[in-house]
Amino acid sequence: MSILNLHNSLNTYLILAAVLFGMGIYGLVTRRTLVGMLIASELVLAASSINFMAFNRFTAPDPTVGQIFTLFIMAIAAAEAAIGLSITIAVYRNYKSVDTEDLVDLNG
Amino acid sequence: MNPTDTSGVLGFFMAEGLAGYADAASGIVFLVMLAAIVIGGIIACNSERLVRAVAGLALCFIGVAGIYYFLNSPFVSMMQILIYVGAVCITIAFAIMLASPEENKKQGPAGPLSGPLGLITAGLVTFGMIGLAVNTSFTVLPKENMGSIQRIGSELLTSYSMVFELVSIVLLIAIIGSLVIARHGRSK
Repeated sequence: MSILNLHNSLNTYLILAAVLFGMGIYGLVTRRTLVGMLIASELVLAASSINFMAFNRFTAPDPTVGQIFTLFIMAIAAAEAAIGLSITIAVYRNYKSVDTEDLVDLNG
Repeated sequence: MNPTDTSGVLGFFMAEGLAGYADAASGIVFLVMLAAIVIGGIIACNSERLVRAVAGLALCFIGVAGIYYFLNSPFVSMMQILIYVGAVCITIAFAIMLASPEENKKQGPAGPLSGPLGLITAGLVTFGMIGLAVNTSFTVLPKENMGSIQRIGSELLTSYSMVFELVSIVLLIAIIGSLVIARHGRSK
């Protein structure tokens, strides 16, 4: 298969989503700040959306369902980002830091 | 380079999209989108400064919108640019400016082992998923319709109207909740 014809195979999209998911996991593990971890979690959400849309395009009998599901994922992701960022701002107000190593009050 | 049906704005919004061209030009555009996603993702999860990470995230999301266009969904592609690039990235940029996580930042990764361990974890997950995806054979069912914008709209307000309303309630609760959380403990 030619490299210019990559967009017509399901595997391309699945591999792309897996790579994006791996980047998100790497960011979640290595980031020190809450905002950085939130950015990495957005990558994971984008990877899952790509998977939904790829299966929607190539295998599903009704291609409407996957698009609607992806729209719902977008709405939930927007809500998650808003809540996460407001929690970040509240944490910064109390601790004067968003570094995960400084937020250890609940450590046993 | 000839579109399959009407050219111009109308052809742009047809469900066929760029994938109908079956042309070398669309293949090159697809490769550019792939590069945007990978480079943007690497910047987003690796850069030292968080503002650069947000810019990389925006680049990655623009690439994902292009991928959606190749998957025959111009509507979801536009929504991706509107919601993710226009709303989520801007909100994260505001949070970086308000919480200023850069000022007394410790350098380097979170621990002596976190860099290599994170790389190993991410690599294992990625190659596991790639192996699963390549070695599984998926049943391809015949298409019942083309998944046009008209059909998305009517399905959203008939079959999925309950979920639609629930999502709107969730969004309302999230807006009010984030306002309450961010307001708590404000001195002035």
